[in-house]
Amino acid sequence: MTSIDLARSNPAEPGQIKIAPGARPMAGAGLSEKISVRGLKFFYGDSLALKGVDLPIYERKVTAFIGPSGCGKSTLLRILNRMYDLYPKQRAEGQVLLDGVDVLSPKLDLNLLRSRVGMVFQKPTPFPMSIYDNIAFGIRLYEKISKSELDGRVEAALRRAALWNEVKDKLDASGLSLSGGQQQRLCIARTIAVRPEVILLDEPCSALDPISTAKIEELIDELKADYTIAIVTHNMQQASRTSEFTAFMYLGELIEFGETQQIFMSPHDRRTQDYITGRFG
Amino acid sequence: MTDESEKAMTDHIVSAFDADLKELGDKLAEMGGLCEKLVAESVDALLRRDIALARRVIDWDLSIDRLQAAIEESAINTIARRAPVAVDLREVVAALRVANDLERIGDLAKNIAKRVVALEGQFQPPKLAGGVAHIADLTLGQLKDVLDAYTRRDEERAMDVWNRDGEIDALYNSLFRELLTYMMEDPRNIGFCAHLLFCAKNIERIGDHATNVAETVYYLVHGVALAEERPKADLMSTAAGL
Repeated sequence: MTSIDLARSNPAEPGQIKIAPGARPMAGAGLSEKISVRGLKFFYGDSLALKGVDLPIYERKVTAFIGPSGCGKSTLLRILNRMYDLYPKQRAEGQVLLDGVDVLSPKLDLNLLRSRVGMVFQKPTPFPMSIYDNIAFGIRLYEKISKSELDGRVEAALRRAALWNEVKDKLDASGLSLSGGQQQRLCIARTIAVRPEVILLDEPCSALDPISTAKIEELIDELKADYTIAIVTHNMQQASRTSEFTAFMYLGELIEFGETQQIFMSPHDRRTQDYITGRFG
Repeated sequence: MTDESEKAMTDHIVSAFDADLKELGDKLAEMGGLCEKLVAESVDALLRRDIALARRVIDWDLSIDRLQAAIEESAINTIARRAPVAVDLREVVAALRVANDLERIGDLAKNIAKRVVALEGQFQPPKLAGGVAHIADLTLGQLKDVLDAYTRRDEERAMDVWNRDGEIDALYNSLFRELLTYMMEDPRNIGFCAHLLFCAKNIERIGDHATNVAETVYYLVHGVALAEERPKADLMSTAAGL
């Protein structure tokens, strides 16, 4: 087998604790870098979309990516689980270390990577199958388990995504019959059902009403106890509400990274301040 | 932010946001001006025993209270509707704080004016109020400077005010001793001197509010609270001072 072993029992640098330069560590808290982005460049054909980005994503923290459209934040998120591999002429340079192992390596087992780094998209994307199968599909893909065990896993995932009470009596109904907010929580349940370590959320609430948005935010708050979360959002308030760390990107560069409170109260860079206060011309 | 003070802020994309902040700034400028006037005239009324002026000062304080209420309402509205962050949020919070300090300054000036009215017909020895005139001059200068510093977001000038407050405290201490001597010399002085002492204390407190404003300017510019503790020279509020 040529693929690099990404099994979670064998991290390359266990217990690695680091504070990135420029990031002010939270008082007294030891932070562990789950993902380390180093010198990351990304090309769409000939055009450079990321111009060398260095950034830590801390374990069991929520990191928000903000910036105007086209700044590269979604591109960055899509690199973290190699989503760009699906498209020809797109390539990444640099390093993205997940527990010390470079996920950009061509030898990497992509299925294993995506089971460890799950993703939820802007528009809810339930499979055209029953609610139950939406969740069970991913689990069956990676594991061979008994029916009763599978039932337990499906229920646990739906409970974790705060959806169980709303769907427990209609697990056979189509995932597409749910409301937008429920569909998005179904997608989150599907993501956490395969027990990932990192969850990537790309504008998860942009198509949802305020109540569904609040439910997703509440969910993010609960999930961060067990998962490392990266969220891309255009909603500045959402970034400030949900995240511990915020990265501001502009024109393919990381302009400022820091604790969310610092970014939103006294940003160091003028461009960050102009953007978050709504002065960008 | 390092380049924040060097360059004027660009406008918001939503121009109504700028209008909100400007309205807040205008109201504060009006309130500041009124406060300066009130303090100057209350001291003037005291020094010249001008009862009519003192009564006018008492009436004017109401306008200051109303302005504070209006500023508070505008600020809360801006927070609710615009969800300001970073420098905008500091701007709104600073406006709330400064309006609070100015309202207290207005009350203190009103209190001086009330004492002027209360002194009517009492035995008033001449030349005792000279010390009060001096401390009042100094305090008025501080108030004017700190309001200018606030308007211009001039943190250096605000810190000058902050550092100079010790002079007012020292002056108050010596005035306290002087008035104590007069009271011991001639018991007929006691009533007047006691009022005068309270007036001096009020003026000293106005100086303290000016330093509060200075700290707000620091916060506004730097985004963090001033960490240092201001050196206290006012020994009279402790037993050791007696």
